[in-house]
Amino acid sequence: MTGLVQPPTSDQPMVKAEGVRKSYGLVEVLKGIDLEVRRNEVFCLIGPSGSGKSTFLRCINHLEKINGGFLSVDGELVGYRMKGDKLHELKDREVALKRRDIGMVFQRFNLFPHMTALENVIEAPVQVKKENRTDAKERAMALLERVGLADKAGNYPTQLSGGQQQRVAIARALAMKPKLMLFDEPTSALDPELVGDVLDVMRGLAEEGMTMIVVTHEMGFAREVGDALVFMDGGVVVESGHPRDVLTDPQHERTKAFLSKVL
Amino acid sequence: MNSSDRGEVTPGRHENIKAVPVRHPGRWAGALVVIVLALMLLHALIYNPAFEWNVVGDTLFDSQILHGLVVTLELTALAMVMGVLGGIILAVMRLSPNPLLSGTAWFYIWVFRGTPVLVQLVFWNFLAAIWAKLSIGIPFGPEFVSTSTNTLIPVFVAALLGLGLNEAAYMAEIVRGGLQSVDEGQTEAAHALGMSRAATLRRIVLPQAMRVIIPPTGNETISMLKTSSLASVIALEELYQAGHNIFSRTFQTIPVLIAVSIWYLLLTSILTIGQYYIERYYARGANRTLPPTPLGRLRNLFTGKPVPSGKSDVVPGLEGGGHV
Ligand SMILES: Nc1ncnc2c1ncn2[C@@H]1O[C@H](COP(=O)(O)OP(=O)(O)OP(=O)(O)O)[C@@H](O)[C@H]1O
Ligand SMILES: [Mg+2]
Repeated sequence: MTGLVQPPTSDQPMVKAEGVRKSYGLVEVLKGIDLEVRRNEVFCLIGPSGSGKSTFLRCINHLEKINGGFLSVDGELVGYRMKGDKLHELKDREVALKRRDIGMVFQRFNLFPHMTALENVIEAPVQVKKENRTDAKERAMALLERVGLADKAGNYPTQLSGGQQQRVAIARALAMKPKLMLFDEPTSALDPELVGDVLDVMRGLAEEGMTMIVVTHEMGFAREVGDALVFMDGGVVVESGHPRDVLTDPQHERTKAFLSKVL
Repeated sequence: MNSSDRGEVTPGRHENIKAVPVRHPGRWAGALVVIVLALMLLHALIYNPAFEWNVVGDTLFDSQILHGLVVTLELTALAMVMGVLGGIILAVMRLSPNPLLSGTAWFYIWVFRGTPVLVQLVFWNFLAAIWAKLSIGIPFGPEFVSTSTNTLIPVFVAALLGLGLNEAAYMAEIVRGGLQSVDEGQTEAAHALGMSRAATLRRIVLPQAMRVIIPPTGNETISMLKTSSLASVIALEELYQAGHNIFSRTFQTIPVLIAVSIWYLLLTSILTIGQYYIERYYARGANRTLPPTPLGRLRNLFTGKPVPSGKSDVVPGLEGGGHV
C-alpha cells in the first residue's frame, strides 16, 4: 500500500482497483476486484444479479467503505489519505468534496420529489458550489435542453415519465461538471420504448469523451458504445476485454452461460 | 359501416360530454334531518336560563379574559416553537451514529415522556425551592454571579419550560418517524452530488419528512392550546385561569366556562383550517394534482361533480419555481 498515490498524469487511469474487498457483516460481496478504467472510456460492467456490481459502483464514490485492497479515482485514494505509511480516514467534508467530481445515476432515478426538474438540476451547484442562482438556472436550462426536456423544466418528478425522470437525473449529475459518471442500470426500471431516449443521451455523452462506468443489461449499447467490458460474478471479475470480443466470443464457461441467458 | 352510421351511434362525438350528474336524494334527506335536530338543540340552549347568555356575551370580551387569551396564544406559540425545534434536534441526535448523542436524546425522551406534564410544570415553578440559589460560575469554584431562582424563572417562563420541554420529547418521536419515512435513495442521491450531511438533512430529507410530520404537529398544536390551561396550577393568568378568577368572584361558573370554551373552540377551528393549507403546501410533488379545498369538497358533496383540482385551486405561491 505504499507509493501507490502518484501525481495525476494524463495517461493515468481514471479509476484503478486492486484487490478491492467489501463485506456486509460476515458476507463478503466483493472478493478482490482488479480493474482499470481509462480516461474518456465507456466502461461496461455486466453480471448476474447479486454479483456485486452496484456495490462496486458505490465504493467508487465512497457510498460504501471498502474493507480491503486499493481503490483510487484520478490518482487519489477513495475515502482515505496516505500519511507517512498509515491510512487515515477522510472526514465527511473531505469525502463530500471528492464526490462533487463524480456523477451518479441510479436505477430508480432518485430525483428530489419536492423540487421541479429545474430545481433538481440547480440544487447541488447552488448549495454545494455556491453558484449564483441565475447562472445555475441558465446552465440547467441548457442541460435540460440537451437531454430534450427544456419544456418540462417546471414539472415535478411525479409529472414526468420514467424515461424523462432518468434524463433529468443525468442532467442533475452533469450540472456538477463531473470528470467521471457512474450509471447503475439506468434503464432497468424503464418501459422498453423509453429506454432509447436515455441511451441516446448516454451515447452523446460518450461521444464527447466523458469517462463513464455503466452497469447495464443493454448488451446492444455495450457492444456499440463500450470501450471495455467486465463480466463479474460472485464478487470477482471473471472476464474482461473489448465488448465486441467478450460478447461474441466469451472464454469462460460462466460468461457463456450468462450471455446465453441475456442475449 | 359508413361515417353517417357511426355519427348516429355517438352523436356529437367531438363535443364535450353533457350528461346529467348522478343525483343524491339520500344526502339531501339526511341533511334535512341533521338541520332539524341542530335547530332543536339550539332552541334548548338559547332558552335555558342556566346558560345566562347575556353573561356569556359580556364575559367573552371581558378585559381579563382577553388578556388571558393573549397569554394562552403566546404560551402555545412559544411552547410549540420550542417543541418543534427541540424535537428536530433530539430526532437528529437520536438518529446520529454517535452513541453519546443518541443516548442523550433517548434519555431525555424517556424522562420527559415518562412523567406527567402537570408534574413538570409544578417542578419548574418550584425549582427555586430545590435550588435555593442558582449559581452561575465555575462549578465548585467561586460564585461571581448569584441570583435567586425565583426572579430568574417567572411564572410564564416556568410554564413555557414545562410545556415546551415536554413537547420537544413528543415532537422528537414525530420528527424521527418523518425522517425515517424518507426513501434512503434520497440521502444517497444528495450525498452522491457532494452535499454535506447537514445540507442533505435541511434541503432534501426534512422537506420531504414534513409531509409526515405536519399532520401530527397540527394535532400537537391544537392539543397544546388546550393543555396550556394546565399552567393555571402555577397561577399563570392564561385563558382558563382568567375565567377561573372571574367565576370564583361572581359564581357565574357555567356562563364563564361557556365563554372560555367558545374562545378555545374558535382558536382550535382556526388552527385546523391553517393545518389544512400547510398540509396542501407540503403535498406538492407527492401527488400529481392537489387535494380539493374544503369548500370545493362541500360543493362536491351535493353536486356529485368530480373534484375540481389543479390550477384554479392552487394556493398562491404553491406553483413550481418560486420555492427556494
Ligand atoms: N446493505 C447491504 N447489507 C447486506 N447485504 C447487502 C447490502 N447491499 C447489498 N448486499 C448484498 O450484496 C450482494 C451484491 O449486491 P449488489 O447490489 O452489489 O448486486 P448487483 O450485482 O448490483 O445485483 P443487481 O443486478 O440485482 O442489481 C447481494 O447478495 C446483496 O444481497
Ligand atoms: Mg445492482
